[in-house]
Amino acid sequence: MFQFIARRLAVSALILLGVAAITFVLLYLLPADPAAQIAGRSGNAQTIANVRHELGLDRPLPVQFMSYLSKLAKGDLGRSYTQKTEVISLILARLPATLILMAAGIAVEVTLGLIFGIIAAINRGGAIDRLVMMACFVGVSAPQFVVALSLLYIFALTLGWFPMSGFGTAAHAVLPALTLGVLGAGWYARMVRSAMIDVLNQDYVRTARAKGISERQVIYRHALPNALLPIIAMIGIDIGQFMSGVVVVEAVYGWPGIGQLVWQAIQQVDLPIIMGVTLVSAFAIVTGNLVADLVAPLIDPRIRAR
Amino acid sequence: MRVLREIISRPTALFGLIVVLTVVICAGMAPLLAPFPPSEQLFDGLTLEGAPVAPDATYLLGTDTLGRDLLSRLLYGARTSLIIGIVANGTAVAIGLFVGMTAGYLRGAIGNAMMRFTDLMMAFPALLLAIVLAAIFRPSLWIVAMVIAMVNWVQVARIVYTETRGLVERDFILAERSLGAGHSRIILLHILPHLMPTAIVWGTLGIATTVLLEATLSFLGIGVQPPEPSWGNIIFESQSYFTAAPWLVFFPGAAILLTALSFNLVGDALRDILDPTQRGRM
Repeated sequence: MFQFIARRLAVSALILLGVAAITFVLLYLLPADPAAQIAGRSGNAQTIANVRHELGLDRPLPVQFMSYLSKLAKGDLGRSYTQKTEVISLILARLPATLILMAAGIAVEVTLGLIFGIIAAINRGGAIDRLVMMACFVGVSAPQFVVALSLLYIFALTLGWFPMSGFGTAAHAVLPALTLGVLGAGWYARMVRSAMIDVLNQDYVRTARAKGISERQVIYRHALPNALLPIIAMIGIDIGQFMSGVVVVEAVYGWPGIGQLVWQAIQQVDLPIIMGVTLVSAFAIVTGNLVADLVAPLIDPRIRAR
Repeated sequence: MRVLREIISRPTALFGLIVVLTVVICAGMAPLLAPFPPSEQLFDGLTLEGAPVAPDATYLLGTDTLGRDLLSRLLYGARTSLIIGIVANGTAVAIGLFVGMTAGYLRGAIGNAMMRFTDLMMAFPALLLAIVLAAIFRPSLWIVAMVIAMVNWVQVARIVYTETRGLVERDFILAERSLGAGHSRIILLHILPHLMPTAIVWGTLGIATTVLLEATLSFLGIGVQPPEPSWGNIIFESQSYFTAAPWLVFFPGAAILLTALSFNLVGDALRDILDPTQRGRM
């Protein structure tokens, strides 16, 4: 067990190192010279050279990479071109709002996914099953910005049930969380359904039925707990999907999180911010997968035994 | 032929196929079908107050904020979506096949290194990576397609890798090798054909993902650049006018949804039909 944890930690650390290497390479592909960007339009050749020296851009690549790494280790993600502040402080200031939104989105996704997955599995092969699966296909095929704008039009503009945009009360969170959750709910429902059907075909479920246990008991006591495992693994993997969704959802609903930060940075071609959020997201994804891997044995004794 | 018959026998897959064919026809015949040139600001394309015209007999789907005919722009937008869908996803499947097959066949240090690299790519959120790439390279139709390919090949590579590893262990490959066949002969003649069902399924399912990603990038303003119409940038351009002219969001939105849904439905049916082990599942 200890060895397993140590190995997973080492792999995660290596992946993070690789992530840093890739972002470093991407920064070097930049057609725009960062020194010229920072020096501004008024900068002459001498100022640009000074900025370049200040940034260390005149040193050999391996040296630059090492200093890039040591900066990252200290949480230094560079400075924003336009806002003239540290990227990390911009991100940290907006992170809580995004975490609230993601938690709400995951809650919507898992709840809807479980409900529809179970309904489909109980009625497998029937009309209700087909209807639910069709709805799932629509859910995963819907572009999030269209869902967001449609929900806004129906529930905020026409019905007036929720505010158009902003942040602060629970009512503000309903539509963004719903938008964020719908896409994943489709995948979850499919997964819950197939995991449940797998379990329902197993011998021990047949034994349970033969003993005369009610179908309700079979589903909730025997089938569901076993179907939960892939769902937990999925939440870890899903963080990547969520980080992508957050950009669109926060842009449409004016939610003041890191997604909106990225959206504003896109308009101003403020690459350090985009890169910083990408790095933080990659970190979140690697950590999410790690946690999912470490939690799985606690939930499932079969994995523990391996 | 068997595949086509099976698709037609499934109502949802048939629906998907019909929509896909409709989109292909719209894209191919856009110049013939479009009632107006897509980028022309029409003389009476705006109301007296300067607002977009709602759908009526002349402008079947209304006009946009610059007084251009929405139907014509949607038809040309279908071209953009399909070209990017096919080019980007085709490239992604080709890269995925190459990486997955090479890594699965060679294994060892090279194979391992290749798969660790795909693990690495999985650590990036797709949209953010695409945003970074699109911000680095100036976006145009082909750049957007390449950006999407760079993001989407990873999943294909992983699946192909797993399948290739299974294939390499099989007796017929061993037999071929003991007969003295070279690597390229084994890969091209014996492994690749077995991977074709996977390639076809992902070639279809992946178009749905690609269409959605292109629309999202264009909606964020870093995909296909106006005036070249794309379903995503039509919504991007008219977002601020959305409450007054909702058709400018709903029609392109419906086009994106229907197209992605249909490629998903057809791809899912193909997976069922081509992979017998999946049969009876979902």
